[in-house]
Amino acid sequence: MVNELVQGVLLGCYYALIACGLSFMFGVLRIINLAHGSLAVLAAYLVWVIAEQWHISPFLALVIALPIAAAAGWLLQRTVLERSLRAGVLTPLLSTFGIAIVIDNLLFAKFGADTRSMAPNIGDLAFTSWNIGAGVTVGQLALITAVVAIALLGGLQLFLARTPLGRAIRATAEDPDTAELVGIDSRRVYAAATAISLATVAIAGTFLALRATFDPYAGSAQLIFAFEAIVIGGTGSLWGTLIGGIVLGIAQNVGSQINPQGFLIGGHLVFFAVLAARFFLAGRSPRSVVRALLRTSA
Amino acid sequence: MSLLTVEHVDARHGQLHAVRDVSLTVNDGEILALVGANGAGKTTFLRSIAGAHRLSAGRIVFDQRDVTATRANRRVALGIALVPEGRRLFGGMTVEENLLAGASSRRTGRWNLETVLDAFPMLRPLVKRRAGDLSGGQQQATAIGRALMSNPRLLLVDELSLGLSPLAVDQVYESMQAVIASGATIVLVEQDLGRALRVATRVACMLEGRVVLEGPAAAMTRDAVTQAYFGLHRAAHGGAA
Repeated sequence: MVNELVQGVLLGCYYALIACGLSFMFGVLRIINLAHGSLAVLAAYLVWVIAEQWHISPFLALVIALPIAAAAGWLLQRTVLERSLRAGVLTPLLSTFGIAIVIDNLLFAKFGADTRSMAPNIGDLAFTSWNIGAGVTVGQLALITAVVAIALLGGLQLFLARTPLGRAIRATAEDPDTAELVGIDSRRVYAAATAISLATVAIAGTFLALRATFDPYAGSAQLIFAFEAIVIGGTGSLWGTLIGGIVLGIAQNVGSQINPQGFLIGGHLVFFAVLAARFFLAGRSPRSVVRALLRTSA
Repeated sequence: MSLLTVEHVDARHGQLHAVRDVSLTVNDGEILALVGANGAGKTTFLRSIAGAHRLSAGRIVFDQRDVTATRANRRVALGIALVPEGRRLFGGMTVEENLLAGASSRRTGRWNLETVLDAFPMLRPLVKRRAGDLSGGQQQATAIGRALMSNPRLLLVDELSLGLSPLAVDQVYESMQAVIASGATIVLVEQDLGRALRVATRVACMLEGRVVLEGPAAAMTRDAVTQAYFGLHRAAHGGAA
């Protein structure tokens, strides 16, 4: 059981890594980026192509891919999301959904349906683990993933708290109109936040490709795990995202011990339980929320 | 010398014509008190100057430069800062962070974190406190300090005393003396006529979106301003504004 918990924590750190960019973007732009998973897969392909073409380590390929991802994020914000945000709350959802479909199908057209992995590119690191006693094993790659996730989330938190751009991002997230009135260029801040978000997506996509297989349509599963981690940990909170990812990872591992099909179900159950708890704590039952939604859409 | 010239400005809130054909000049070093009843158009007018509200007609010239189409953040970089109605602080950020956010335009001048805290000593022990947890007077001081951090040439202050206790208003006005003494050019929207007349060098009164009275504060009687404030001068002149 201890080993399952440890594996759950390590898996959760991977989920936190995947969810980091989604959480950051939601916290700043209030956009639920439905293209997040597809962008992670796109980044995985980008790193894979660089590593394969130039015969270099995936980690070095990631260093090359990071500025490309950041530039793509900047461009995405200025060309699509900025206009979508002006058109109301639902438009960014639709536009990011559309981006996801375009990315998935372009990847399919270019690379076909074959599943790929970058695990062979890192040799033993992909499967070597340490036995730390009491039946607990820690995979080297899983540990590296966890360290990167914690460093990334901690680094982002420090960046937001200590740097002028971080302050501007927080101010804009809180009140974009007032931010403009104190001299902050909110358009630039949004573009910078999306660039940072996509850089973190590139890191997440690389670790997805290192630890598992991926194909053009693998993005939706990543989006669901990231979304669940964020909801469990609390929307817009980076440390909450880490905790949410860990809770999700543990729930999935414990679920798989109860029943082989329980891996996904365990995670989903915890997600729904947290969601229901949030509704009840906010004084609203899920039924009343569903009724309210139906009334709105009627 | 004229620092701000507003020419035939119109501003709307949907169907509501909030500011109608207002023309006004603010000279360098002047303190203009803009008075008027609720709904007179003062806040919309001030927000239009700051770039937070789009004009439907007219022109705004600041420091010989047409800024009518300039975005709010660029106007801050040019030297226009607004202390908005209701303070609009970043409640989740500390006082220090709020003040530093005000320096985003990177304009240099006499105002920095230290000089702002000197001018508003009540803020010094509160710099690490969340702005959302402060009292109204402390929040107003923070909002003024945040605007000063951009080293503005023109400071627009909307409803300085609104929602504050009399003691807090006294404290804020006392601190404002340091700002006034620095030779700043200020446009002050104020409901408290007595204070407005004491502080200002010039007074303009708005009614139903128009400037109905304007002149040097020293030459302005309280009665004249009160009549303009409530539109009584119009009644006295048979309905003509």
